[in-house]
Amino acid sequence: MKSNLEPKIVAFCCNWCSYAGADAAGTSRLQMKPYFRIIRAMCSSRIDPEMILDTFKKGAWGVLVAGCHPGDCHYVTGNYRTQNRILLLKNLLEELGIAPQRVRLEWISANEGGKFQKVVNEFIDEMAELGPLNLSTERKVKEAS
Amino acid sequence: MKIGVYVCHCGGNISEVVDIKKVTSFAEKQGDVAIVRDNAHMCSDVGRNLVLEDIKEHNLDRIVVAACSPQFHGKTFMDIVEKAGLSPYVFEMANIREQCSWPHFDEPDLATRKARDLVNVSIAKVKLDESLERKTMPIGKRVLVIGAGIAGIQAALDLGDAGFEVHLVEKEPTIGGKMAQLSRTFPTEDCAACILSPKMADVPSNPNITLYTNSQVEKISGFLGNFEVTIHKKPTYVNENCVACGICEEKCPVKVPNEFEQGLTKRRAIYVPFEFAVPYRYLIDEDICIYLKDGKCGNCQKVCPHDAVDFTQKPEKIEIKVDTIIVATGYDIFDATEKKVYGFGTNKNVITSLEMERMIVHEAEGRATREIGKRIAFIQCVGSRDEQIGNEYCSRICCMYATKLSQLLKRGDPKKDVYVFYTDLRAFGKGFEEYYKRAQRTGVKFVRGRVAEVNEDSKTGKVILKVEDTLARQIIESEFDLVVLSVGMTPGAGTKQAADVLRMTRSPGGFLQEAHPKFKPVDTLNDGVFICGCAQGPKDIPDTVAQASAAAARAIRLMNKGVYAVEPITAVVDEDLCSGCATCVSVCPYDAVKTELKDDKRVAKVNEILCQGCGSCSAACPSGASQQHWFMNNQLRAMVGAALGEEEE
Ligand code: FES
Repeated sequence: MKSNLEPKIVAFCCNWCSYAGADAAGTSRLQMKPYFRIIRAMCSSRIDPEMILDTFKKGAWGVLVAGCHPGDCHYVTGNYRTQNRILLLKNLLEELGIAPQRVRLEWISANEGGKFQKVVNEFIDEMAELGPLNLSTERKVKEAS
Repeated sequence: MKIGVYVCHCGGNISEVVDIKKVTSFAEKQGDVAIVRDNAHMCSDVGRNLVLEDIKEHNLDRIVVAACSPQFHGKTFMDIVEKAGLSPYVFEMANIREQCSWPHFDEPDLATRKARDLVNVSIAKVKLDESLERKTMPIGKRVLVIGAGIAGIQAALDLGDAGFEVHLVEKEPTIGGKMAQLSRTFPTEDCAACILSPKMADVPSNPNITLYTNSQVEKISGFLGNFEVTIHKKPTYVNENCVACGICEEKCPVKVPNEFEQGLTKRRAIYVPFEFAVPYRYLIDEDICIYLKDGKCGNCQKVCPHDAVDFTQKPEKIEIKVDTIIVATGYDIFDATEKKVYGFGTNKNVITSLEMERMIVHEAEGRATREIGKRIAFIQCVGSRDEQIGNEYCSRICCMYATKLSQLLKRGDPKKDVYVFYTDLRAFGKGFEEYYKRAQRTGVKFVRGRVAEVNEDSKTGKVILKVEDTLARQIIESEFDLVVLSVGMTPGAGTKQAADVLRMTRSPGGFLQEAHPKFKPVDTLNDGVFICGCAQGPKDIPDTVAQASAAAARAIRLMNKGVYAVEPITAVVDEDLCSGCATCVSVCPYDAVKTELKDDKRVAKVNEILCQGCGSCSAACPSGASQQHWFMNNQLRAMVGAALGEEEE
């Protein structure tokens, strides 16, 4: 871990699949690192890139967006929109010199408690490695690499 | 503004990990928070009344409950808030059980901090909640039931009897499903056909049921109270004049294995599925009929005295509208050829349990189709509890049907040697354990052990099994005349198709997922769509029938009042900000947004009935004009801020 600070992760989860998947992880007592906070929306497609940027501005190290598997969105096509938007956002982050892996998109269904656990723990580790988002250092890292 | 915050201990589920005191004293310090309380069980009567009384007595106008998942008790508390005279939407739930005490029980300090943050998130949001009102919508009394096995039949009859308009769709040419193929049912040994056929006959005589056989649901759009269904009906090439006299069948030159009889007998290209089929009418198998293939033959049409054969029939598309849907698409038996070691398909003396069912029926009727032999072995858990082939689940019926078949065999000839090789013997249902004991007393040998090898004696054709008896700790090598594979259940092709058409979630084994395993076992996450029988998971006939009646009752519950409540969490457009760009129109999956001219300005307008509240348009709106009630931009941002420990402004 690059700093002693604790990672701050915000996870936007859709109500129908991923939020239920997170609940399933909890119900099965799957242990996760307690550094993420879930925000529920009805569909992953409610979350727009600007909101994610704002989340970074407010201090998040990483943002997870989780929705239903392709074809399973409760609102038919919502998650395809999400996918496109996240792709665009990742390009934008590159441009801004922010590591694009700070935004992660995952499809997690209501019964995939195990997957939720794995994704969250992995993402937290990865963000701990990157450290807090600091535009100036982030750019330097990028240039150096 | 006066906020009440209630923290639940959940009988220790939360309080054993989270330091409740720290959470309540944190909440007390937040602005606008008037009352903070904690309780052992917020969802109990005492807990609910606490909220109710406080709202009345202290004029609270916002409520936060920190407890379990809102998917579990969200509605409970919204109803209480509404009962107290407030909008049910000035309420937030902080999930400090599933998402705090349970997944973080290893780290109570951090869990407590997270609980505080989650309460903070809810407070931040509740402050910005609007007083939305639940709307009611009219709903009719029309139900689509997909699948007409015993589950679909039971649901359809219950609904029909209750006066609801039922559309029952079955992909096979007859109703009855798998139960129609069984010999007898465990543990009572009733004849399956005898108890099923009267129910089947009740379907066409029920004035409220419209039956579509040889039909499949091709497309479903819309939502609760307004489903639009397209049914594809395949032609049978035989019209209603048919009286099933059978003259045509005698003249048909094509013979194929009879699927209902598991290939033990043959049928013609024109045939009746079985003797108590409903509708009881001939049909032509278009895949093998010579006339349909190359215009030759046509014998059946020539000899039919009733002018019933009609080669001009075409597939039909039928459009109907329904208010609710019940999915009863059942199961398929596991394809035993997938389990190569047992030699099914290559060794003719290795058969499936369903073949055995049919053989016993034939034998009982004095028209045996093949020799059963003296020594018979059952191999249990074929296609169930087998991670190698990817089916982890127990099929729940095989232990008992093998026991039943062993009894029927013994009854026919007590001198038969019957062995059942099992992994575990599960006799969990009412009367099952007694039945199993009885079977043991009749001399059936139940041996715990997985079968390692199945070989064929090339001279005699007998099957040699090598089994490790794990109780006696010895290897058994023995010869049998017939080996019966107790095949498990797999989600049927019909179940997969229904899941696709309705975009339903499936559980790990591939069966359809219920909304809640304990309290909503026949509901799904799709409003107005219910499931029952083996489409939901393996089960026996009594459980299937119970679920079917439950699904019917749940559907009636929604439709009976004639109106149902809809959530007002639809999209809303700020016309001043709207530039009329119509981006929202293009992303809406429901055609719920249109642009219209207002004071010479093009603006977007949301149809609140069509809008299902996904919020996709709000995310797409470039000018921030489109928003979603209860998930407004400022609310989401405030939640993010609180989640990240941002101080209040
Ligand atoms: S509802 Fe889960 S992604 Fe749309």
